[in-house]
Amino acid sequence: MSTRPKRVSPPATEPPLDAPARRNKTKERRIGEARPHPVAYLILGLGLIVVTSPFLWMALSSVKGEGEIRRVPPTWWPEAPTLDNFRELFDRLDFPQFFTNSSVVAIAVTLGNLVFCSMLGYVLAKFDFAGKTLLFRLVLGTLMIPGMVTLVPLFVLVANMGLVNTYLGLILPFLATPFGVFLMRQFFLAMPDELIDAARIDGASEARIFVQVVIPLAKPALATLAILTFLGSWNNFLWPLVVATTEDKYTLPVALALYSTGQNQTDYGLLLAGAVVVVVPVLIVFLILQRYFVQGVAMTGIK
Amino acid sequence: MSTGTSVRPAAKAPGRTVPPKSRKHAPLYWRHTRAAWGFALPFMLLFTAFTAGPVLMSLAMAVTDLRSRDLRNPFAVEFVGIDNFAAVFADPIFRKAAANTAYFVLVGVPLTLGLALAIAVVLNAGVTRLKTFFRVGYYMPVVTSIVAVAVVWRFLLHPDSGLINEALRLVGIEGPNWLGSTTWAMPSMIAMATWRSIGTLVIIFLAGLQSVPTSLHEAAALDGAGAWQRFRFITMPTVRPTLLFGAVITGIGYVQFFEEPFVMTQGGPLNSTLSVAFHTYNQFGFGNYGYAAAMSYVLFLAVVVLTLVQFRFLGERDAPKKHRRRKPAPVARQETGR
Repeated sequence: MSTRPKRVSPPATEPPLDAPARRNKTKERRIGEARPHPVAYLILGLGLIVVTSPFLWMALSSVKGEGEIRRVPPTWWPEAPTLDNFRELFDRLDFPQFFTNSSVVAIAVTLGNLVFCSMLGYVLAKFDFAGKTLLFRLVLGTLMIPGMVTLVPLFVLVANMGLVNTYLGLILPFLATPFGVFLMRQFFLAMPDELIDAARIDGASEARIFVQVVIPLAKPALATLAILTFLGSWNNFLWPLVVATTEDKYTLPVALALYSTGQNQTDYGLLLAGAVVVVVPVLIVFLILQRYFVQGVAMTGIK
Repeated sequence: MSTGTSVRPAAKAPGRTVPPKSRKHAPLYWRHTRAAWGFALPFMLLFTAFTAGPVLMSLAMAVTDLRSRDLRNPFAVEFVGIDNFAAVFADPIFRKAAANTAYFVLVGVPLTLGLALAIAVVLNAGVTRLKTFFRVGYYMPVVTSIVAVAVVWRFLLHPDSGLINEALRLVGIEGPNWLGSTTWAMPSMIAMATWRSIGTLVIIFLAGLQSVPTSLHEAAALDGAGAWQRFRFITMPTVRPTLLFGAVITGIGYVQFFEEPFVMTQGGPLNSTLSVAFHTYNQFGFGNYGYAAAMSYVLFLAVVVLTLVQFRFLGERDAPKKHRRRKPAPVARQETGR
């Protein structure tokens, strides 16, 4: 059992047939089970170095001086580490403001998705009602629609509402997303009906059942959804680029993107420092909460 | 995914209601319907306003000659039918962009899927300790902002002071000017996209691989099947739905590729990394709304076609045509269970 990823719930539709057999693990490994092999570690280790080296190089290069960063051949380890790049970057750009903007938008979007997606996901999983299949297909079908299709009509809509360059304009279009519905539905499918039925027999209203019975049980799934949504919003690029028109509403990626095109394009020291500022907080949060990411991805992947 | 898989349950659902009066709905059906729509309402309001509405509006735009200046005077807009679509296919830049996008998808999707599957298989079969460590490591690029990634990769790919050409120099190869070359700019984009997408697929595939019952492996081994045969005839068929899911989400993402060229090359050099999505974005920027909307629908069509093709090739093998219902979608199971 130890080799399996911890999940919020067993896969919704197919409980592993051999679960009990696996649990009483003997020393002898069974056929088809993992057996450690040095070559496997070697291959994965080399792959991992390739995958993570851009981050390492980014971090190391961001503390190199102006001359060293352009040296041919490039150095790997900085000779004279300096924070000049960061100092200059913070002088030129209002990073605390961008940080605040990104946070406000991401928190609002996350809260919205938690509320709206869990409500719809719940009824799609636990209720039998007229129009259910249609609703489910409608919501899920939009996952295939390219963002380009809605970009301009959405912009015209937001402009007509007078919300260009406002927080609301950045938040509203992302408050309720199909992905969240899908994830919550997958989770609720695995939740036993008996709990809900019991509350119903006790005379609780549907709203009360949802708030006091269902939601407390859904905390792991909500945590996963919160993290994935927050991250998606934090890294979102195209919409903020279109809607945020002045610097006081830029999110971090927009600020970095606009700074990195134009005459600063070859200012590698500053740009790498900017990349570090954008990436490192996210990486830290990810490393702390990685369990939930894995759960979320695995939960939507196998059905 | 949804449209393809849920064909069957849809056919079933009305089937329950149609037969003579003998079969009725479960006792509280209509009460539940009211409650359920109550729960669904907030989401549906937002969804209608910010997703469904714009999708329809975009379709309306695609059949008119709407340009940015017409927004002030909508009565000047004329219905032009499929003229925009005809113009899209006649546009040499669109054709170039379509070829680029096809290149990106046809090379990128198999490459990403293959690498991710290989990593997942090795991780599943040959590693017991440090499993989480590897999984987290490969997932790291997924959580980072494309803008930051672009900055780092532009530097990595720098012809003189970049890490990649330096590594090539160690083995005696003088690397090209990656992003400045019409030949190498696109492979650079594909490499970057692969790097960014593998992590998700590794986790998905790993979860799929772990759901392969050991008992099947044991039975096959007793019958004398070797490791490769067991992989080919037990593991692969069992994870095929997972593989299909991975292929579909990767395909949907790759057909729309936009951010990579937007932040790295602006579509250059000489339009060699211009994608359809990027061309659409540019046309919106120029104010050619009707034309751009038509192009965005062409892109939508491409996504649908690619998804159908993937269902065809990765869906169940034994019954080619009729057997589309890959999974007996939980929707159906729920309905019949009550």
